[in-house]
Amino acid sequence: MFAPAPFLLKDVSVSQVMIQVCVALIPGIAAYASLVGPAILVQLVIATLAALIAEALMLKVCRKPMALFLSDGSAIVTAWLIALTFPPLAPWWLIATGTAFAIVVAKHLYGGLGQNPFNPAMVAFAVCIVAFPALMSQWPSVGLQLGLIEQMNIILGWAPRVDALTGATPLDAMKTALKLGDGSFDVTTLLANQDIYGNFAGRGWEWVAAGYLLGGLWLWHRKLITWHVPVAFVASLSLISGALWIYNPSQFASPLFHLLSGGAMLGAFFIATDPVSGCTTPRGKLIFGAGCGLLAYIIRVFGGYPDGVAFAVLLMNLCAPVIDLLTQPPIFGMKDKA
Amino acid sequence: MITREEFKTIAENGIWKQNTSIVQILGLCPLLAVTTNAVNGIMLSLATIIVMALSGVAIASLRNLIPHEIRIPVFILIVAALVTVVDLLFNANLHELYLVLGIFIPLIVTNCIVLARVEAFAAKNPPLQSTFDGIFMGIGMLWTLGLLGALREFIGSGTILGGIDMVFPDLHPIQVLPESYPGFLLALLPPGAFILLGCLIAWKNWMEARAAERAKLKPPAPIATAGCH
Repeated sequence: MFAPAPFLLKDVSVSQVMIQVCVALIPGIAAYASLVGPAILVQLVIATLAALIAEALMLKVCRKPMALFLSDGSAIVTAWLIALTFPPLAPWWLIATGTAFAIVVAKHLYGGLGQNPFNPAMVAFAVCIVAFPALMSQWPSVGLQLGLIEQMNIILGWAPRVDALTGATPLDAMKTALKLGDGSFDVTTLLANQDIYGNFAGRGWEWVAAGYLLGGLWLWHRKLITWHVPVAFVASLSLISGALWIYNPSQFASPLFHLLSGGAMLGAFFIATDPVSGCTTPRGKLIFGAGCGLLAYIIRVFGGYPDGVAFAVLLMNLCAPVIDLLTQPPIFGMKDKA
Repeated sequence: MITREEFKTIAENGIWKQNTSIVQILGLCPLLAVTTNAVNGIMLSLATIIVMALSGVAIASLRNLIPHEIRIPVFILIVAALVTVVDLLFNANLHELYLVLGIFIPLIVTNCIVLARVEAFAAKNPPLQSTFDGIFMGIGMLWTLGLLGALREFIGSGTILGGIDMVFPDLHPIQVLPESYPGFLLALLPPGAFILLGCLIAWKNWMEARAAERAKLKPPAPIATAGCH
């Protein structure tokens, strides 16, 4: 991948960046674990193991230095993002398949670390939601309190999967109501009546989103990401959801709901900011982030999938090289672009 | 007549060196659409083989009578007539399979492979050679589509020989993976066909690179590929 001048190198290694990204994810993971229980931690372990095994296998096949690439932590970040976007009670093989696909196909078949045109974690999500749509939409019911053993049994397939365990996500419930389209539906009453909604968005999920926001702000403070992508993402998502909300508040949810629902915060700070598959020029990053936010809204509200962030990021990944080409900053000493 | 050397070259080109699906990358549309199992891929390839062999002999025999300026419409007319024959044959004898393959049998007319071989080979060579060229190009397509179909079916639903009962009513698909296999739907969708076709192409290139390495020869120049559909 190429980036425009100036070519100033910061003296940090890949592994240092990756460790800090993992640290930044911890507030979100903590909120997540307090919401759904230890299942998410089990999924993180499964994804990490799958990622490391797949990575080691591909490094061996490609005859690349094993220790150097295994310890850089990039596979672990991919694995964690996958675990955080998959349903927490998904069977172990689902997340293992997704992770293996991300590492083997989306990362190594395209040339390995730094060469992948698509975000590997989002490829895993897209592949699994296309291949296993039913399992990928089974999110745990609200207020479901299961112990570690019960959750382990469900994930490892030793206990039967019961329908009562899972329910519609807040975004799903809203879309179903919207698609009924008989005019009887009102967002404000829906939000007030159904117990899956909390103060701002999905109950409990809003605090997970807040945790990602906190981690993301810390990443920005550490200068590991620039402000462009998250700000553009949040701004475009707020703008379109706000416009439709003002136009018809009974049919469309408020911007706050959309910002704190689904993968919006994780996407804005951790996924769309991927330096490899995203844009590199400052103006390009703004366009990239805004495109992700806009597409995510359109897909999650009008599309057929429960959330739109993954497909929005993948579609913008496709556009990233062209955006970079068209937004080259002027060369030093030139008035316009060369 | 045909010499042994000529025959060998034609066979080698059709099956491996200029394989329609993994070297020329032609006819992707039927490839993506019908290779959801091996039987569909093989039967469509068989239909294509019949058309290619017959069009090869027909056009090679008429090649000196067809005016050069209007050769393409004439080729298409001849191919279309032959495809109609095959279409009716499938409809009459393999009706269930005909319903599955659907539009892709009539679409053999527009398949680049057929027109490409007619234009590149049959229009310049005697009938016997042209017939063999059509047959071996078709066999190249047959094993690739059959392999791709088998892989997609195995990964996608865990069976082999799905749809065999449409050709031989006494035979049944074999469930290879356990019944609890959830199925990997992606492999049965067009993206899965693209990914697996990419893997097949990589495998072929790897085989050639390895062969070249063993022979200690200079690696062959990359073969130009033409996109179509």
